[in-house]
Amino acid sequence: MKLLYFAWVRERLGKTEERIDPPAGIATVGELMAWLAGRDEQYAHAFENAGVIRAAIDHRHVRSDAAIAGASEIAFFPPMTGG
Amino acid sequence: MTTLIRLQREPFDVAAEAAKMAHGHTDIGALVTFTGICRGDEDGEAISALTLEHYPSMAEAEIARHVEEARARWPLLGVTVIHRYGRIMPGEVIVLVATASSHREAAFAAASFLMDYLKTRAPFWKEVETVQGAAWVDAKAVDEAAAERWSGAPPEREEPK
Repeated sequence: MKLLYFAWVRERLGKTEERIDPPAGIATVGELMAWLAGRDEQYAHAFENAGVIRAAIDHRHVRSDAAIAGASEIAFFPPMTGG
Repeated sequence: MTTLIRLQREPFDVAAEAAKMAHGHTDIGALVTFTGICRGDEDGEAISALTLEHYPSMAEAEIARHVEEARARWPLLGVTVIHRYGRIMPGEVIVLVATASSHREAAFAAASFLMDYLKTRAPFWKEVETVQGAAWVDAKAVDEAAAERWSGAPPEREEPK
């Protein structure tokens, strides 16, 4: 699946997107964030306040308990400040 | 109903966009426009510019979903949403929400509804430039509360006596 990062999540990771293949057993958005946070220090820093970070699956807002099965694009970003 | 949703880097002419909505429509009795403008300060600190980052494909989809919801709630004849991204200077227009209806109540309410949702659900992020450097703007609880008031069923409309 494709992951996209925006605003300070993107800055902390130093990348806008990447393709990943999470291990079996990672079923939800929250579990995916925890798994990402364990990859290295940069990811740990980006996802240190996982409760603040919002997620979208295929262009729709989802909560952290949303299932990631079948997702083609998952985005992580801070609370929005448009308008 | 005519819907126009545009995400663009360039400035735009608010009056021209509003005039386009009303042109040739004699059923429109009310046209409400909200214009969001870049302030020269953020939380009391002077800024030299702001940069809006966005998630293009989701922003279009999310705004379209909220326009559909507004249409379901109020008898609208037209909606225009234009949101800029990229670098914006103080005094420049950031966003336009314009709603047209036969009567003002629906137009005012729909414009307010759409702005509250744009602030908290449309994937845009503001970064301001100050003398200290660049800083991401924090989401405000007051904006979240403003969007929350629209959740749940819309209130019963009072019939004029």
